[in-house]
Amino acid sequence: MNDFAIEAKNLTKTFGAFTAVDSISFEVSKGEIFGFLGANGAGKTTAMKMLTGLLAPSSGKAFVNGFDVYTESEQIKKSIGYMSQKFSLYNDLTVAENIEFYGGVYGLSSKMLSKKTEELLRSVNFTELKDSLAGSLPLGWKQKLAFSISVLHNPQLVFLDEPTGGVDPVTRRQFWEQIYEASDRGITVFVTTHYMDEAEYCDRVSIMVDGKIEVLDNPENLKRSFSANSVEDVFIALARGAKRGDS
Amino acid sequence: MKTLRFILKKEFLQIFRNKGMLPIIFVMPVIQLLVLSFAATYELKQVRFGLVDFDQSMASRELVSRLQSGGYFKLESAFFSIEKAKKELDNGSVKMILQIPSGLDKKLNEGNSAQVQILIDAVDGSTAGLIQSYMASIISDYNQEQQAGIFIRSSARQQMASINIIPSNWYNPDLDYITYMVPGIIVILVSMIGLFLSGMNVVREYEIGTIEQLNVTPIRKSEFMIGKLLPFWIIGMFDLCIGLALARFGFHIPFLGSLVTILIIAGIYLIVVQGLGLFISTITHTQQQAMFIAWFIMVVFVLMGGLFTPIESMPEWAQQLTMINPVAYFIEIMRMVLLKGAGWMEVYKAVLVLLAMGFGLMVLSINRYKKTS
Repeated sequence: MNDFAIEAKNLTKTFGAFTAVDSISFEVSKGEIFGFLGANGAGKTTAMKMLTGLLAPSSGKAFVNGFDVYTESEQIKKSIGYMSQKFSLYNDLTVAENIEFYGGVYGLSSKMLSKKTEELLRSVNFTELKDSLAGSLPLGWKQKLAFSISVLHNPQLVFLDEPTGGVDPVTRRQFWEQIYEASDRGITVFVTTHYMDEAEYCDRVSIMVDGKIEVLDNPENLKRSFSANSVEDVFIALARGAKRGDS
Repeated sequence: MKTLRFILKKEFLQIFRNKGMLPIIFVMPVIQLLVLSFAATYELKQVRFGLVDFDQSMASRELVSRLQSGGYFKLESAFFSIEKAKKELDNGSVKMILQIPSGLDKKLNEGNSAQVQILIDAVDGSTAGLIQSYMASIISDYNQEQQAGIFIRSSARQQMASINIIPSNWYNPDLDYITYMVPGIIVILVSMIGLFLSGMNVVREYEIGTIEQLNVTPIRKSEFMIGKLLPFWIIGMFDLCIGLALARFGFHIPFLGSLVTILIIAGIYLIVVQGLGLFISTITHTQQQAMFIAWFIMVVFVLMGGLFTPIESMPEWAQQLTMINPVAYFIEIMRMVLLKGAGWMEVYKAVLVLLAMGFGLMVLSINRYKKTS
């Protein structure tokens, strides 16, 4: 069980009569960059919420870093990082104060904290912005900061929910460099995105349609089996068959 | 515990960085106490009245000057017909008309009884009641004096048998309205801070979306809640101290009871209203909803809390409702301790009720707050 960062078996979430996530099963290996794709409303965010302990599953099993999502959600929370699609740092705190707060609640010691803060600020060239309010940063920078903070406590696994939404291509490229750096440090990355070029950066991708995982493979194999030129073509071929619209 | 330190630091940074917050914390208590204490008064001051004097005699002039000398009534103008005076009453430029029929002086000198007429604008019933009782007391004083004069002139020796009521007002001997109001207004002040700020602060995390980020961190529910409560508890206590200092040194309210007792009970009371605020935050998802519900509860609590109208004069069902009104308990305790010097023996029952309420609300809201939906 400890070989996988994430292990899901028939994981299901229903809201009344609506099945948001329909019995999905997959594994994510340690150290992998796993792309979790799907159209809007396919059930990606719901699945991610179950894995991060934000939402209780209706049925099925799932283990994250070896912890059961039903009974050990607090242990899961200690071992993961999470970056939501909404900017969720505090706009009225400075860059340094945000780092200190999130580092602190994950239990970093003050000594670690000041060391980490400096490292982080230097690595994303934020040193001068240390005392600026987070709310005053441009969106791309906010996202970079949010990502840096989500991996500050060196989690085994980080969940990124559409981290690059609305960000310009240059910043997106820089963002992915950050992801690779984190991956090199041994952090498993679970990322959702709507940018299909980003999907090509992943070790493996899954594509969700109507609450189910339709395909799961590395980008090369996917393109081959669909005889497509890009992951985008694969995605469109699959998503066209979807019943749930973008609503 | 270490986590809590970071949470508290973050909350305080946010509170003091919020430009609107400092005036709320430091200026609001002062303004509220000054404005409400002076404005919310039932005392009569300078009631304008019209005079229709058909007697134009020694006796009538004496009565009128007596009326004016007390400071409660001010002669607006004299009229020669009751119709003209009534017109002024209609348009509101006088609140009362005193009509003195001709022959007052003569009748009194002959030792007969005489009548005067008082017309009162009774749109505001309680003010009208006050005017009436003030008038009755002035006229009765005047009466006694007249009688005494007659007795002397007629050298009547016999003692009039009568029962005299000599009031002795305890706890607030001068019947000073401010003395009565200020302890209650301090309660309102503390309630507003407790009820609004903590709850609103939680809902704000929902609105800006940071609650989700917090919920994926290992922060414990209790740590989160304490982080939200403690800063505003401290601010509430701080404002209470400002209020008490103003009451003592600005309004010269007697502090008969123990200050420590007041502070301990206020600490418990703050937890009750904060618990209520947190509970509201767990059933709402926008600050607007939370604000509306909090206001609704606040207005009902204050109006039924005995601040402006005595609870004893409410209908039975309303009196029953005050059993669950924490504001009523704390106003009662404040008045008892400050003005009557009550100690634990006198207030422990009310304090136990507040403790139970605080405990219940806290348990309820911590249970309702879910890190996992």
